[in-house]
Amino acid sequence: MTTQLGGPPPVEPAGGMDAAVGAFAAPADSLPAPGTLEGRPKSLFRLGFEVFVQNRLAIVGLVVVALAILFCFVGPLIYPTDQVTVDLTSANLPPGSGHPLGTDGSGYDVVGRLMVGGQTSLIVGLAAAAIATVVGTVWGAIAGFFGGVVDGIMMRIVDAILAIPILFLLLFLVTIVRPSLPVMIFVIGLTAWLVPARLVRGESLTLRVREYVQAVRVMGGSSWRSVTRHIMPNVIGTVIVNATFQVADAILLVAYLGYLGLGISPPATDWGAMLSNGTQYVFLNYWWLIYPAGFAIIIVVVAVNLVGDGLRDSVEVRLQRR
Amino acid sequence: MVGYIIRRLLQSVLVVLVVTVIVFILLHSLPGGPARAILGPRATPGQITQFNSENGLDRPLVVQYFTSVFGWFTGNFGFSYVLNQSVGSLLAERLPKTIILAALSLVLTVIVAIPVGVYQAVRRNRIFDYVATGLSFIFYAAPTFFLGLILIEIFSSWLGWFPPEAPQSDGVVPIFQQFPGMILPIVTLALLSIAGFSRYMRSSVLDNVSQDYVRTARAKGASPTRVLWRHVLRNALIPIITLLGLSLPALFAGALITESIFNFPGMGLLFWQAAQQSDYPVELGVVIVTAFATVIGNLLADVGLAAIDPRVTL
Repeated sequence: MTTQLGGPPPVEPAGGMDAAVGAFAAPADSLPAPGTLEGRPKSLFRLGFEVFVQNRLAIVGLVVVALAILFCFVGPLIYPTDQVTVDLTSANLPPGSGHPLGTDGSGYDVVGRLMVGGQTSLIVGLAAAAIATVVGTVWGAIAGFFGGVVDGIMMRIVDAILAIPILFLLLFLVTIVRPSLPVMIFVIGLTAWLVPARLVRGESLTLRVREYVQAVRVMGGSSWRSVTRHIMPNVIGTVIVNATFQVADAILLVAYLGYLGLGISPPATDWGAMLSNGTQYVFLNYWWLIYPAGFAIIIVVVAVNLVGDGLRDSVEVRLQRR
Repeated sequence: MVGYIIRRLLQSVLVVLVVTVIVFILLHSLPGGPARAILGPRATPGQITQFNSENGLDRPLVVQYFTSVFGWFTGNFGFSYVLNQSVGSLLAERLPKTIILAALSLVLTVIVAIPVGVYQAVRRNRIFDYVATGLSFIFYAAPTFFLGLILIEIFSSWLGWFPPEAPQSDGVVPIFQQFPGMILPIVTLALLSIAGFSRYMRSSVLDNVSQDYVRTARAKGASPTRVLWRHVLRNALIPIITLLGLSLPALFAGALITESIFNFPGMGLLFWQAAQQSDYPVELGVVIVTAFATVIGNLLADVGLAAIDPRVTL
């Protein structure tokens, strides 16, 4: 067996379980130069942006997400379908003229159904990730800023909720409150803030003792200044990267709830619920009721993850140069 | 080392206590309180008062909290009025099945993911690496139920190799007697963690390959194969221990979905059916048990890590 171990140590983006993925789109030696001797050096934001743009997979991900948003929100204007009236005379039609992907058990056009379901998945995914990120950031920042007993108690609460599988907590909450769109956003957002809380707390703990933050203090800068001008800009990258992965997770959670029959009520739907309805016919080979929704979930989640990986690579470039 | 274990143990006890507080809050945040939730919306005020005094729900909240916690630690999780059975006996019947499913799928995960991750790292940016990376991205993004359905389509409907339903009979022994029925559930549950673990293993090996000790070993004249197996792999496996502990909640959640696809009568299926029928005592019992299991799993992973890696200090 030949190995590459004898060669020079490979240049590798640090850390993270998918960190190395960016490597094949943006090799480390083609990174933009941090600046020239003449003129202003490029800002760190600009630098990160250039790395992101060079990452072809991340751009593909971004384009796919944009297309998915267009499909779900603009699609119904171009391709209007009736998603309210049940029409059993045209139930379970195979794909053909008039219905490119057939119809489901209630006679709804599957393409139109994908659009409506995608609206739920995307709205809940984005909004829940936003809630989770804000709550988690505030929680983690407070714990990290005060430290000591406050930090200990706040983080044990995070540990305790993390010990309960999020799906179990979510299922319990939706048996108390029957889910509508705002309830779903709220419930998923309030169960998903733990990871950002941990991240922000850890970052602020390490940043607090960094040389440049101490330098601000030595030069007489207030703690407000060091937080807003020096700590925040450095934490924000990590938070944004994590928010991206939160979107992907939230889209999957919506699908799981829908699949388990505890998601949003009909005639509204989401991709998981569509798939769940399709499974009744799995032995009749009504493939158009299963695969379109399933692949829609996979494609969007993969795309969001690719964007997240690209963002992480560009944030790491910023961190290396600071 | 001993100090570390004691501190970590105290931390876990604290987390368990917070879990009990959270579950207690959940129980009392039910609409109309536990009595209304269990007796249903048609219960008369008289019935509710009677239920409350019978079950000690009219005592001060602090007293109730301590009696509940005492009950949970002694295996008394209340009574399922839907299934007319104590939650403790339901859990005793269902929990071993879920443990078997989860443990077997973890074994499969480790057997597959570690070699794949190592091989990806060794042959970085070759075709195998790209294919494995692409597949792990897809498996990571695919909902478990969709993967399970595809596996049923291929291996049950089309090839007819495995039954589409898990063994149904009571007890643990029949699971092994009807093992073909367990293969698809185990694989379904393992695919997601294989995707995560192999990515982790890949970057862990890559991190270690660029370390100084690898160059030293090579300079001493150790062959690349020996360096990989004797030096790199030992260090690269360390983070996997932590990952095993951290992956427990996801494993339980995955087991819930897997059990619902293959109709495997484990704890996840119990929870799902309880959720559909608003059977709160069962739901809370399952939540407590999984949370305790997760805390213990994390503790074992951290202690194991401290035992293996002398550099760990916290």
